[in-house]
Order: sequence, then C-alpha cells, then structure tokens
Amino acid sequence: MTGPYLEVRDLGKRYGNIIALAGVSTRVYPGTVTCVLGDNGAGKSTLIKILAGVHQHDEGELLVDGAPTRFASPRDALDRGIATVYQDLALVPLMSVWRNFFLGNEPTRGFGPWRRFDVRFARETTRAELAAMGIDIRDPDQPVGQLSGGERQSVATARAVYFGARVLILDEPTSALGVKQAGVVLRYIVQARDRGLAVVFITHNPHHAYPVGDRFLILNRGRSLGDFAKAEVSRDELTRLMAGGAELDALSHELELLRPPPPS
Amino acid sequence: MATVTTRRDQPDNPEAYDERLGRVGLGRRLLARPELGAAVGAVAVFAFFAGYTDQFATARGIGNMLDPAATLGIMAVVVALLMIGGEFDLSAGVMTASSGLVIAMLTTEAGLNVWPAILLALVFGALVGLANGLLVVRTGLPSFIVTLGTFLVLQGLNLGVTKVVTETVQVGGVHRTEGYDSAFAVFARTFSVGDGDYRITILWWLGVTALATWVLLRTRAGNWVFSVGGNPAAARSVGVPVARTKVLLFVTVSVTAALVGAMLVLRLRSVQANQGIGDEFQFIIAAVIGGCLLTGGYGSAVGAAIGALIFGMAKQGIVFAGWDSDWFQLFLGVLLLLAAMLNHYVRRRAEARR
Repeated sequence: MTGPYLEVRDLGKRYGNIIALAGVSTRVYPGTVTCVLGDNGAGKSTLIKILAGVHQHDEGELLVDGAPTRFASPRDALDRGIATVYQDLALVPLMSVWRNFFLGNEPTRGFGPWRRFDVRFARETTRAELAAMGIDIRDPDQPVGQLSGGERQSVATARAVYFGARVLILDEPTSALGVKQAGVVLRYIVQARDRGLAVVFITHNPHHAYPVGDRFLILNRGRSLGDFAKAEVSRDELTRLMAGGAELDALSHELELLRPPPPS
Repeated sequence: MATVTTRRDQPDNPEAYDERLGRVGLGRRLLARPELGAAVGAVAVFAFFAGYTDQFATARGIGNMLDPAATLGIMAVVVALLMIGGEFDLSAGVMTASSGLVIAMLTTEAGLNVWPAILLALVFGALVGLANGLLVVRTGLPSFIVTLGTFLVLQGLNLGVTKVVTETVQVGGVHRTEGYDSAFAVFARTFSVGDGDYRITILWWLGVTALATWVLLRTRAGNWVFSVGGNPAAARSVGVPVARTKVLLFVTVSVTAALVGAMLVLRLRSVQANQGIGDEFQFIIAAVIGGCLLTGGYGSAVGAAIGALIFGMAKQGIVFAGWDSDWFQLFLGVLLLLAAMLNHYVRRRAEARR
C-alpha cells in the first residue's frame, strides 16, 4: 500500500479574527473517495480553497507525497496534479463539447503558419474520454449549453482527468442536480476512483456521500467532528454528526409538537 | 450505461441506439449554422431583383453589385471576428478615412512614395487598434463607449488636420504621385472576365473571408476568440489569454480598416475628410445579418461576407429597379430586425438545456 498522496495535519485558517478552519486532519489515498461533509458555513469551502491553492493555510501542515507544501497559486496546485472542478464549471455554453474540452490546451498539427487546431483528434478524444467515464454525450458537436447539469459536470471532470489530475476535488457537484442527474455524477466519481484517482468529494448530502465514500471528514463550524473510515460509521450516524447530532433530535421533537391533531 | 463508446456508430443495432438522439436531418444541421439565415436571404434578394429587373442578373449587374459588397465585406468579416470575441468597434468606419488621409497627405504633401505611405497608414491603424484594445481590457469599460470615443477623436483629427494642412476638407491628386500605378494594380484595378468588369477588391474580399474562416474554425486563436466572447471568466480560468486575444482583435479590425482606406483612396484618387462616418454601423449590420450575436460568442466570417453581399445586391437592385435610393434604408432596417430575431432564436436553442 502506498502512502497518501495528499495529507492535512491540524490544518487551520483565519480571516482576521475569524477562525474559519481549525485542527482539521485527513489523508487522501489514490483510488479512494474522501468525502468532506458539513452544513453551510462548516468550513468546506475554506478547506478546498487551501487544497486548490486559492488560499494558504495559517496553521498545521499540508503534505503532497509526504512532503510539506504550500501552494502559491491555483496553477501551482494544478501542476502538482490537484485539479478542482468548481460549481460554475468554467465552460462556455455556446461552444461545442470538444471545443470546450480542449479550450486553453488545444492540440495542434503542422508548423509555422500551417500550425492548426487538430480538430479530428479533439473530437475523437473528447468522445473517448467521456465514454471512459461512463458518459455518453451523444454528439460532441452540440453546444455545452444543451447538456444537462450532470453532463456538464462530467465534461469538466473528464477534462481535469485528461489533463493529468491525480487528485480531483469536486465542489458540491450534486447539490444543484435532480435525483437522476446526481446518480450520473456519483457514477463517474466511482469511475474516476477506479482509474486510480484520489477523489475529494465535497457535499452536504450524506445520502450522496455514503454510497461512494471510503473516508468521511465531517466539519462543523470550522472544526473537525471526526475523520472516519467507512467501517467506523453508519449512514445515520453520519447524518446526525453532520447536522450537529443533538440539535437535529431537538428539531424533530419540536416539529413533532407542531403537528396538528389528525382530523377525526 | 457503462459501455457506451460506439452507440452512434451502430445505429441499426436497436439496443445500442440512443433513444435520446433524434435523427439529425440535413435541415436541422443546416439550421445550426450561423450563416444559414444570411444565405437564404441572399438567395431571396437575388431571385427578387433578377425577376424584377432585366439588368440585375447580367455580368455587368453582378460586377456592379459585387463592388460595394467587396469593400464592405472585407470590413464586415473582421468586425464579425471582433463581435464573436464579444466587442464592438465604432471607430472602424472613420478609420478608413483616416488611413486614406494619411496616405494622401504623405504622398501629395510630403512627397513620399505610395507604398511606404500605405505601410505607415497600416502602422497607424495598428496603433489605433492597440489603443482601442488596451483601453477596453485595462479599464473594463464597454467597447461601445471606448470606441465611440476613438470614433470622435479620429473624426476630429480627420477634419482638423486636413483643414490645417490643405485649407480645404479634402486631399486629392494621389494619382500623380510616385508608386501610384503599381499600388493601384494591387489594390484597386478592375479586371474583365467575359462581359463583366470586376474590381480586384472582390479577390481581397474572398481572401480575407477564407483566411478569417480558417483562423476561426481551425486554429487555437479561433477557439480563443469564441471563448472570450462566450464566457471570458471561464476562458481565463482554463488559461486562455483573454486580454491579448481581445487586443489583437481590435488591432486586426483597425489594420484592415487602414487597408480598406488605402483601397478607397487609390480608387477615388482623393479622400474627403468626412468620409466613412456611419460605415461602422454597416459593418456591424452585415455581421449581424451574417449570424453574429450582439452579445458575442457566436457567429461566422462566411456569414458576414454573405451579409455584405446582400447589402451590395440590394443597393444595386434598387438602382436597377429605378426606385428612390432612400428605400434602401427601409430594406436594411427590416433585414436587420429579422436577422437579429433569428439569431436570438438560434442562441436560445443552443443554450437550452435538454
């Protein structure tokens, strides 16, 4: 068994006097899915931004391949194989799928003034890469704007994988999607894992996280409530931990009291 | 669901066929092309005037309609590139006059050979384009306002400098200067094919259209042009040099405007200081008729060339039909509205999620 590709130890981040993140530790192994769970304001975004190189941590350590690291920029993180797929996806709706797939990294043929975009290669590669993720995009010539939310997510992810990602950070990929589309995304998370990628899956939905996750890092108000392997935790416990356990019990009790008496 | 690689390659296998993929008929495929509306319009306009007047569908008629279409078309094609990149250039029309004045003054007043004068006019065009582009990307102001500013600046310079230098509002006598004949042969002469006389600008028009189409559809730069107009934030996040792409588009438009200015001054032998005002809207109209979206990210160089052709045909057709030329504006307005509505529809279709 190889070591973790990415590891954080007692990671902390402050914005002025606000402690956004404190004492967070986890390990991300190749070929596994690490789920980061938490309600709004739990510190999920702060953690991703540190991992993606957007922000730098103030406390603790970030290790890549066992070596302590600070990313200077998102480009830096990308060069180390850490790709982040954000919710807004960085796609151009009016452009075709294959043009989007290779945007900014267009393959070329020929030299000098005859250097041209290798369109055939781009089309075929796009279709093959998406098929490898279990996604059938029908027609690579159709504009990305015509794709469903889940399909767009898959295009952005397949692009990150193709351009050499080792760690794939997915920021709430299922939150805006319907049940069926979320299923599509969960399926390609598993596909990416099976191809040997380390997937970091950020979500606030334990029902999405539990079936695909190998490890679960639960955040609440900037602090870690625990970092569990799948065997150590059940789905119900996960849900309770996420919502702050006792708080949810109190809430369901309260709602119970609000229910009107059944009509006689 | 997991094995889906070759669904489209075996449509006769009912199990592998994707039921969501409707048969894409030729009609629907054509409808997805931005230049379709313009092509249909061009055929309709040609058919109408060919039926209505006798002189229209003759060699002379075609030569006459292609001439204004060519000068306009060269500009419409590069303006289309800029519009696909998400920007406008309102200074492009006046820039043709500025270039003509630079060439006319350098040759007649400063005694320069025509060729280096043309070169300097192109350099001047590049500087104006650079100023437009840098102002737009550095300030983040809409290009509509920035280039409206350069439009007024150039207009003022054209009139002011011309009056100071010549004490009139035109510069003439370019044909008596050195190098005129060879430059005329390259940029302005006519040639005959069969019964018709054609300006060499038609060849330039075809060349510019072919080059622009190739760049747009078959180079990295073309992919970047679509992306900076379609979603600049996304383009930036995947490493496309958004600012550089936009600046280069502005430079392309202004240099091309300078080239067209050279063609006009060589042909007319003189240049009016107030020439070119209002032409910028014709460039934009031709590009829109050709399928460009005003909001950027979509359009075609061939479409813009066809848009210019419709212009030329309508202009000449109205003359042949013996109508008052004022009707041309009415025709133009209706055409523009139709084209804009069609483009809007196509865009909504392209962006609609299934």
